[in-house]
Amino acid sequence: MPDHIQMSEDELRERTRALLEEVHPETTEAIPFRRKQYEHGLAWVHFPEGHGGLGLSPKMNVIVQDEIGKHSKVVHQDPGASIIGIGMGAPVVLTYGTDEMKRDMLPRIFSGEDVWCQMFSEPSAGSDVAGLAMRAERDGDEWVVNGQKVWTTVAHLSRWGMLLARTNPDVPKHDGLSYFVLDMQAPGVEVRPLYQITGEAEFNEVFLTDVRIPHDRMLGKEGQGWNVAITTLMNERVAIGGGGSKKKGGGGIAQLLKVWNDRNKDASSPAQEAILRDRMTQAWIENELLRVTSQRARAAQKSGTPGPEGSVSKLAQAEIHKRMWELGVDVMGATGLTFEAGYELRQGYGSLNSALELAKYQFLRSRANSIEGGTSEIMRNILGERVLGLPGEPRVDKNVAWKDVPRS
Amino acid sequence: MAFEFTFTEEHDELRATVRAFLEERSDENAVREQMASETGFDPDVWAQMAEQIGLAGLIIPEEHGGAGMGYVELLVVMEEMGRALLCSPFLSSAVFAANALQSCADEATQKELLAGIAAGETRVTVAHAEPNGRWDLDGIQLSATGSGGNVTLTGTKTFVLDGHTADVILVAARTPQGIGLFRVNADASGLRRTALPELDLTRKLAQLEFASTPATPVSQGDQSAAFARVLALVVAALSAEQVGGAQKCLDMAVEYAKTRLQFGRPIGSYQGIKHKCADMLVAVEFAKSAAYNACFAAAEDDPDLIESASLAKAYCSESYFHAAADNIQIHGGMGFTWEHPAHLYFKRAKASELLFGDPSHHREIVAREVGI
Ligand SMILES: Cc1cc2nc3c(=O)[nH]c(=O)nc-3n(C[C@H](O)[C@H](O)[C@H](O)COP(=O)(O)OP(=O)(O)OC[C@H]3O[C@@H](n4cnc5c(N)ncnc54)[C@H](O)[C@@H]3O)c2cc1C
Repeated sequence: MPDHIQMSEDELRERTRALLEEVHPETTEAIPFRRKQYEHGLAWVHFPEGHGGLGLSPKMNVIVQDEIGKHSKVVHQDPGASIIGIGMGAPVVLTYGTDEMKRDMLPRIFSGEDVWCQMFSEPSAGSDVAGLAMRAERDGDEWVVNGQKVWTTVAHLSRWGMLLARTNPDVPKHDGLSYFVLDMQAPGVEVRPLYQITGEAEFNEVFLTDVRIPHDRMLGKEGQGWNVAITTLMNERVAIGGGGSKKKGGGGIAQLLKVWNDRNKDASSPAQEAILRDRMTQAWIENELLRVTSQRARAAQKSGTPGPEGSVSKLAQAEIHKRMWELGVDVMGATGLTFEAGYELRQGYGSLNSALELAKYQFLRSRANSIEGGTSEIMRNILGERVLGLPGEPRVDKNVAWKDVPRS
Repeated sequence: MAFEFTFTEEHDELRATVRAFLEERSDENAVREQMASETGFDPDVWAQMAEQIGLAGLIIPEEHGGAGMGYVELLVVMEEMGRALLCSPFLSSAVFAANALQSCADEATQKELLAGIAAGETRVTVAHAEPNGRWDLDGIQLSATGSGGNVTLTGTKTFVLDGHTADVILVAARTPQGIGLFRVNADASGLRRTALPELDLTRKLAQLEFASTPATPVSQGDQSAAFARVLALVVAALSAEQVGGAQKCLDMAVEYAKTRLQFGRPIGSYQGIKHKCADMLVAVEFAKSAAYNACFAAAEDDPDLIESASLAKAYCSESYFHAAADNIQIHGGMGFTWEHPAHLYFKRAKASELLFGDPSHHREIVAREVGI
């Protein structure tokens, strides 16, 4: 990415106010407002001009948020279903997409009109995603795709899918992959919900039967899909790990404190109380450090593409969340024996109308934090090998044609 | 407050200067030599630190002969000192006493003592803890009697940093108004100083017994709030020192894991070792966040200083200790020997964890400050 254009904070704030003069979140719906925000280059200020940005440093995105928050009671946040499109779809289209794709797809990702999903994992390829089996074969100007994806979050809502498929089984696994943008409405795409630990179905299995993808929807070159996927995965870790609350005491810890305050205080002895209070303080500290660490990472982030350091936050956040919500349930004692939301299959969050019920839901949902977007074990491998420079393990799949590697 | 956490070129230069100096003057041999000595520091090194790099007066204003720098510079310096396990009166004199005087002493006393500290000529310490082992203000039981020019102190202070070698001791004592700080010269009558047998030989501690010892108040009135803030400033600085030590342990562990071969492979290729290192890395990064946050809060006189400082002390203490402990484990039998430096960090880590209050003490402060 080229050097960032210099623009003062004041100037960026002024531009944000100019947007608010034209459309205001209090009087404009999310989609039309966010379309205008995109046109003004205030969607992702680190993107180039004309593509939702102003070519500034990524650090400056928070200024836009801050200025909108100052002048409006309503803030149209990134829509929940668009997190994958915004966090991973947009950067990959920007880096590898044609001008036409950028022009047509980026504004609709930001506005929330088009939901995107990530179609990497398969039944036989999770952590070892480069070992995937979905087959794409060339037929004239098109590719014909067959196979199964799994754990595909929001596939049921998606307009487009980021699809990684095997175009050559006769070379080692990383070399035979290509990356496509898949039209989820194309014939032969079948999405089936998967029932989760929480009772929800956020993710799906997706079956592809003779699905045709035009050749110009390939991102990167044939056989270079792995490099494109890496861009996606790096951004994913930041999208997931870069979270935490930007505000002190905000986000998850605020919810946990509410549980602490709303709990049945008669249920524990002073000794139990002291133990739980210390654990609560540890949770506060870890959340606060998650926030400060993300802030430090943002301050250090010079270019638009995050490095393996993103894995520090991803790993830490996953483990902290799990501990935090285990504590949430421990704090409430016997109240934790019930779960009012129930486990009826639902696509969406159902009703979680108290802090205590929400905590029980989080207790269940947070188990995924150390699996989704790369498991904690894989994060430790990445930190050990790519950040600390420790040697890798002996590999049985190196320099072996993909078709000859054993698979479960 | 949300800090930017930006380090300037000057900060990088300061770090490089201090690191180069310590590599030369505080290598492992020098540390071991000071560990074995009773005074626990090398007067030549201390003089050089004061005169050539201006470290003894780093946070002392220029008008009092110091370098007039702040807590961001101090954090850089403390990290490097922690990394090198420097044995010196820096924490007692240049940090604790310099802060205590600036926060609690009247102008005349500051004028009298700060220039000497900055020049490295007067080594001052603060006597705070007592045999009751408490680190909060309630633990301060020793009382000052008399008034004006006739104040005397009677009682015992202990775990006093460099208490047996300091030229001047600032004693925290009970007064009818609350808490005051009293100046006692090393040669005062009725003062008995005994070096303690430390767990961590790199940082010297002493017990001081006062028997009707003449003392001079450094200011009038209750200094409770000011002194609580001084303690926060000291633990903020100490947390940065802990970060430096923890980073060094991680570096040592990773280096060894790359080179030590067992079963025909570097031990760092085994996940049992690799994942330990990865977890250490996360803990060290979080410790940096904690210490930087506290020191930036100190630099900007943030209202949340007490909370940030205690948060940092609680977290950095544990992550340093775990890093030092895992470093021993990763070194195997070698890590358990006297010859290998791993135990020096291990002991420094535990002693720093207990000094000025253990993690549960500081979490208690955080809980109180944030309302848990
Ligand atoms: C809520 C949720 C949402 C998801 N959304 C998506 C999505 O939208 N799109 C998508 O493509 N995928 C998605 N995934 C899939 C996710 O990326 C995979 O589940 C994950 O990569 C792990 O793969 P796996 O489930 O096959 O487990 P496996 O890879 O089989 O792992 C099983 C266990 O073995 C360990 N393991 C595996 N390899 C190693 C190794 N080399 N060293 C040490 N331990 C190892 C793992 O850490 C784990 O503990 C989602 C998953 C979840 C839970």
